[in-house]
Amino acid sequence: MEEKKRMPFKGTKEQEQQLMEVIESYKGTDGAVIPVLHAAQDIYGYLPIEVQTMIAEGLNVPLAEIYGIVTFYTQFSINPKGQYKIGVCLGTACYVKGSGDILEKIKELLGIDVGECTPDGKFSLDATRCIGACGLAPVMTINDDVYGRLTVDDVADIFSKY
Amino acid sequence: MDMVNLKINGQAVTVPAGYTILEAAREAGIDIPTLCYLKDASQTGSCRMCVVEIVGARALQAACVYPVAEGIEVLTHSPKVKQARKSTLELLLSNHDRSCLTCVRNKNCELQTLSEELGVSEIPFQGEMIKREIDDLSPSIVRNNNKCVLCRRCVNVCKNVQTVGAIDVTERGFKSQIASPFNMPLSDSNCVNCGQCIAACPTGALTEKDNTADVFDAIADPEKYVIVQTAPAVRAALGEEFGYEIGTPVTGKMAAALRRLGFDRVFDTDTGADITIMEEGTELIERIKNGGKLPLITSCSPGWIKFCEHSFPDFLDNLSSCKSPHQMFGAVLKSYYAKKHNLDPKKMFVVSVMPCVAKKFESQREEMEHEHLRDVDCVISTRELAKMIRQSGINFKSLPDEKFDIPFEEATGAGVIFGATGGVMEAALRTVADVLENKNIDKLEYHEVRGTEGIKEATVNIAGKDIRVAVAHGLGNARKLLDSIRSGEKQYEFIEIMACPGGCVTGGGQPIVNAKTYMEHDLKAERAKALYSEDERAAIRKSHENPDIVLLYKEFFGEPGSHLAHELLHTHYTARNRYTK
Repeated sequence: MEEKKRMPFKGTKEQEQQLMEVIESYKGTDGAVIPVLHAAQDIYGYLPIEVQTMIAEGLNVPLAEIYGIVTFYTQFSINPKGQYKIGVCLGTACYVKGSGDILEKIKELLGIDVGECTPDGKFSLDATRCIGACGLAPVMTINDDVYGRLTVDDVADIFSKY
Repeated sequence: MDMVNLKINGQAVTVPAGYTILEAAREAGIDIPTLCYLKDASQTGSCRMCVVEIVGARALQAACVYPVAEGIEVLTHSPKVKQARKSTLELLLSNHDRSCLTCVRNKNCELQTLSEELGVSEIPFQGEMIKREIDDLSPSIVRNNNKCVLCRRCVNVCKNVQTVGAIDVTERGFKSQIASPFNMPLSDSNCVNCGQCIAACPTGALTEKDNTADVFDAIADPEKYVIVQTAPAVRAALGEEFGYEIGTPVTGKMAAALRRLGFDRVFDTDTGADITIMEEGTELIERIKNGGKLPLITSCSPGWIKFCEHSFPDFLDNLSSCKSPHQMFGAVLKSYYAKKHNLDPKKMFVVSVMPCVAKKFESQREEMEHEHLRDVDCVISTRELAKMIRQSGINFKSLPDEKFDIPFEEATGAGVIFGATGGVMEAALRTVADVLENKNIDKLEYHEVRGTEGIKEATVNIAGKDIRVAVAHGLGNARKLLDSIRSGEKQYEFIEIMACPGGCVTGGGQPIVNAKTYMEHDLKAERAKALYSEDERAAIRKSHENPDIVLLYKEFFGEPGSHLAHELLHTHYTARNRYTK
């Protein structure tokens, strides 16, 4: 139950206003939670406790139920995306070529798990399916940059460029 | 009523339309095993333990949710059914912490019973097991997800019956678990500590925080003067732990057992209930006479109090400022009683035996002290008391019936009915009627506020004035009632609310009853009967006629609602966030 450090919530009044309008338009409708969550993720980029609490209170649905829905569907994220979005390909070719080890190394270097973001908001980490660059396996992407034929030892050097 | 004819295992059965196959089978004397099913609380058909074969149907069906239909033929124990159930159970057990010997629910676990009944002799599936962290940060409830079978009975009770929703199913697939939002400890959530999840749990995944060691330690400490008090509802259910029929009051044996456990004094929280009536009754009369905030709402149930603080903060001024009976009694023991008997209150250790786990949280609230003396030092549940009795080699059934200690030996019938829904209301009306009419009224029983209906209403005419009262038990009913007041639809002068459905007799700290017994018994009514019968037998049935209470006010407090009474017996409340602490 130990609390992990996370990026502080930086929602603005304008974003809150937008969310409130969405909630208002769905009030009293059955099955409102999922469309409202989609809208909220569009507004904020992710669904932290502050946003989920606003939705829970606005729609009169327990926060635990909202959280249950958010963690059930993979398209919802409770963590923000970083300035640099790292994607490690876990497609068959990359995996066979050791991308699992690379993922572990990145987790260790950044101190975050898959789906999370560093507390300073710089890097976020995702595991992806095949990105179609099997010839370069194992492959990692950082925003639009592609890094291929990686070894575990390359990772730290690459990060230092960002 | 429309009736439906069907065949179960070749036997012709006729039951009302709308019955499930499970209910029809039970009427025909056939037990279908269940796990996620719990009468009135949970019918999801998700565990597949109750699957049956319906002749001609493609797949096996869940009997707990499948409605009977004319002419169907059901097989409840065909080889196909038995194999399906067994495989499902084996899979469940493959990811279950099977440390039964050291589990608090050993011999009282529905999973264990199923395992025996379905003939599981080995676990053929050896796979990954998820190790979950145990959440024991709440003063009331411990959650051990390693013992959870994801049946969702707790979720359904918490969300649908109590309308609290502190826990839900999170994540998906193998990673699924029951958790609070963001996996926060229960103590950081809007959990009200009612413990109805514990009563609903078929396994040892949800249990009370065990404080029996603290009590044994205190008793063994020669420096400490250890006083125990027992809530009214405890006597109505403790016997079940020792083989008595549901609804057998065991007051005398309980007092005897407590004495043999080594407590220095054995008292009855019913006396605290009588004090509560003096204070709360006075508060009601004053609010009515002086145009104070109405309706006045009772404050004995700590689960209800926390619920109000989270979900209805606009009603905090409606709450009676009275502490709950055991807190009041604790404060009286460490002041009046200590002084009278020359005891050092710092060396006193007051233990409350309660049908409730929310009382553990309540006793630790910072308001619950006076001059740095905690009103109550430790709270144990009815279940924990039973455990202590067993661990001490006391043969409960062979004990003589003994009385509580003097003073406070005899509380009133009004005090004893506090343990059932409507009881606090009835006890208060008995005293308020006498005070307002300024004479001894013959009417004692207010049947309109008794019984297990979710919300009860009555208008009582006292001294030419109509007093509109309402009683709600179970927080879902409390929510309904308060919503109707908020919207202006209803008006009342006095309301009783208890957090647990049925009131304290079916509180979260009471002996655990399995799903089958729930189907066969009206637990709320049967346990309540034990209290009402004790009330009928009581020599004194009105709180203000209790001679110990009369003396207490004469020698110590002066008047109900006096300055000293406010210091020791009253409290205040705090608005909380809706979904977090």
